Amino acid sequence: MKSPLNLSRAFLLKLELHSHPKLLCVVRGAMEPLMEMLGFSESECRAIIRAVDEALSNIMRHSYHGRLDQVIDVLCRRVQRRAHAETGQGVEILMFDRGPAIDLAKLHGRPLDEIRPGGLGLHLIRDTMDSVEYTRTGRFNRLRMVKYVRPSKRGPNP
Amino acid sequence: MSNSLEVRKALLGEIREAKKSRVVLNLTDVRYIDSSGVASLVEGLKASRESGSRFVLFGLSASAREVLKISRLLKLFEIYDDEGQAMSA
Repeated sequence: MKSPLNLSRAFLLKLELHSHPKLLCVVRGAMEPLMEMLGFSESECRAIIRAVDEALSNIMRHSYHGRLDQVIDVLCRRVQRRAHAETGQGVEILMFDRGPAIDLAKLHGRPLDEIRPGGLGLHLIRDTMDSVEYTRTGRFNRLRMVKYVRPSKRGPNP
Repeated sequence: MSNSLEVRKALLGEIREAKKSRVVLNLTDVRYIDSSGVASLVEGLKASRESGSRFVLFGLSASAREVLKISRLLKLFEIYDDEGQAMSA
């Protein structure tokens, strides 16, 4: 199958993984130092890693229906918010899967005033990220998430 | 997600079968908890309430606290910093 990764700007990280939940900790382990390097605070790093983990879990559950051998691509690159040239650096995280097209109308978490298990993943993603977009690109579902470094917490960016 | 099913089974089994007045859950070694882990905790809490027992947590990591807070569930649970506090409460 043709790769969805015909994209021009350089990536800081590209991962191709199987849709196996045991691999979630591998992705978390790769994301943590990368987010630190980009200058995110400790709590922001935890939140971004959580959002990535929840997004991957959703793909494994809902797009691949628990099949363990399907492919997920994860890509990360720096982004700059143009309106805030000095402080607008952030990270763009892209995920591609080859499952059936997502029904965007069904993409909603449960109301938080309901005390019941389930339905929290999307809420955790949206609570953290500055931008979350789901699109269908050819035969791929594409999730794009962007998070900008908060100005006061910006760290070293080698 | 990778082990939440086993945790859920063990937790609900303990609550429903042991029928203790208090179930204390040590989360000290849990470095990461996701939404399915939170779902298991909510199920544990509900099962405890149904069987008339208290459901007590201790040793939550910063990450676990954050998840419960974002999910607006933090105040729902009886949470202590350490085992001593959890057992004597």
